[in-house]
Amino acid sequence: MNTVIMQNNTPSLTISPRLAKNLRRNVKERVIELILMLAALSAVFTTFAIVAVLLYESLGFFEAVPLLEFFTGTEWTPLFEDAHYGILPLVAGTLTTSFVALALAVPVGTVAAIYLSEFASHRAREITKPILELLVGVPTIAFGYFALLFVTPVLQKIYPDLPGFNMLSAGLVMGVMIIPYIASVAEDAMRAVPMSMREGSYAMGATRFQTAIRVVTPAATSGIVAAYILAISRAVGETMVVAVAAGQQPILTFNPTEGAATITAYIVQVAMGDLPHASIGYQSIFAAGLVLFVMTLAFNLIGHVVRKKFREQY
Amino acid sequence: MTTEMKASVLKNLDAVRAMIRRHKRNDILFAAIGLIALMLGLLTLLTLFVDLVMDGYPRFNLKFFSDFPSRRAGEAGLLSAWVGSALVMLVTFLTAVPVGVAAGLYLEEYAPKNWFSDLIEINVSNLAGVPSIIYGLLALGLFVYGFGFGQSILTAGLTLGLLILPIVIVSTREAIRGIPVAIREAAYAVGATKWQVVSDHVVKYSQGGILTGVIIGMSRAIGETAPIITIGALTFIAFLPPSPVSDIAPYLNFEWLHSSFTVLPIQMFNWLSRPDHAFHINAAAAGAIIIVLTLLMNGTAIYLRYKIRKNIKW
Repeated sequence: MNTVIMQNNTPSLTISPRLAKNLRRNVKERVIELILMLAALSAVFTTFAIVAVLLYESLGFFEAVPLLEFFTGTEWTPLFEDAHYGILPLVAGTLTTSFVALALAVPVGTVAAIYLSEFASHRAREITKPILELLVGVPTIAFGYFALLFVTPVLQKIYPDLPGFNMLSAGLVMGVMIIPYIASVAEDAMRAVPMSMREGSYAMGATRFQTAIRVVTPAATSGIVAAYILAISRAVGETMVVAVAAGQQPILTFNPTEGAATITAYIVQVAMGDLPHASIGYQSIFAAGLVLFVMTLAFNLIGHVVRKKFREQY
Repeated sequence: MTTEMKASVLKNLDAVRAMIRRHKRNDILFAAIGLIALMLGLLTLLTLFVDLVMDGYPRFNLKFFSDFPSRRAGEAGLLSAWVGSALVMLVTFLTAVPVGVAAGLYLEEYAPKNWFSDLIEINVSNLAGVPSIIYGLLALGLFVYGFGFGQSILTAGLTLGLLILPIVIVSTREAIRGIPVAIREAAYAVGATKWQVVSDHVVKYSQGGILTGVIIGMSRAIGETAPIITIGALTFIAFLPPSPVSDIAPYLNFEWLHSSFTVLPIQMFNWLSRPDHAFHINAAAAGAIIIVLTLLMNGTAIYLRYKIRKNIKW
């Protein structure tokens, strides 16, 4: 751009070949920047596309189904002759499996994070962190097999009445999947607590355990809570484990020893069948997806706000 | 000091020593619990893997890889599944890597600090938290019916490409951030343009880090089941897509992009959801193969990152 201005101010000068090349160079630079920007904008496009597709298909659904029935109805049978469209049973299934998962993952993940951050030697940390990462990479369908054909039979030995499809085993396996996530996010928060605070505590004669529980954990609370909230969002969106092991019947229950469908399991169930495009059954998975998207988005946003806003300044 | 005072001090001393002993014991106790909590995930993975290998043991032979799926469990194989996975991964790689790296470069090297860049960044971190099944719904509404791509390899590849885009973008940015400003200043000082600096130096020195992110993203994509089921991929495919290379000119053809397909995790899910136990053996064998595949890819990525961190000294 500068070359253009120079040219205008001094019209008597002819453009040297080198400057002309410079001009072309600038144009090329601009074009490249534009292309890179478009690539970055793809993230924005994707978000818009997700919202647009979910809203568009859901609108068709809500033309046929009143909002009140959708949010307060206690039966979900969109594919039956006698169709009912109450999302509550699916939400109940989703919340129950997520609750079981968090009941396991929160205590275990927190203890693991405290251990990693305060007790483990540098070497031990260097070895265990990559192992946690490997664990995150295991495909969820494999965990689904594990829940259905290993954990459920084991649980049935303890509770003989447990049905083959139940939310307990799906939730527990999901919990194990979430442990590494909580451990690593919470550990990051604890490691951000300055060393001087620990040293102050040690100087008063506190042990490692006391320092960890009474000094480091309170100081890192915001980060740890954010880890929990982000973990809820993961549990709510998890699909394959619940689709395989938690059952396919939309039943309004909060009892984990029963089987019940979650939002994600319902979407999988419908997608496996052969539903005609633009039918109410087809649209119902987008309405269910919209509820799921809003739930995870809310948890993600709250998690990020908690982490950003309440970060202690030392 | 009287003897009475001495006695009371000694008595207190004993109490203090007992307290110190107790606290030290608590320390050791907690360290042990922490280690167990940390290992719980690893032990589960180990149990899962051993379980899969033991259950799927009868199917580990070459025929399992060269047979099509069949109604008879003992004759069913993974041929169409692994070919499908390979072709889908090819499409995913070709879309996610150029777009992701370009977006990462833009955000790190070009983007001005303003609301526009913030918008892109918020979108990238938000997309990373969207459940994978939502990407499936996006693809169902947009690619399958909106663009008319159908339930094809192209649709699946693009879907998984969008899914791993945030992973590639984030790892590209992290890799670039490690490069000191002095490198860029040196290049500018000898007259390089921005793109010359970026392409000749920034990209070159961050190659390893970008590759790490790409491998982790691809290993995530290869195990993803939910989005592929949601686009309505058929599960019983007893044929191969047309070959991408042929011996007559123009040697390359793109018919395979529009072919229907199945992938490894879908085939596993299909076998797993049958009531007949003979098919569960196939599911176990397929699960073991998928786990080995993802663990190998993730392991390579982690090793690569470790090597890069060790070797680079600016």
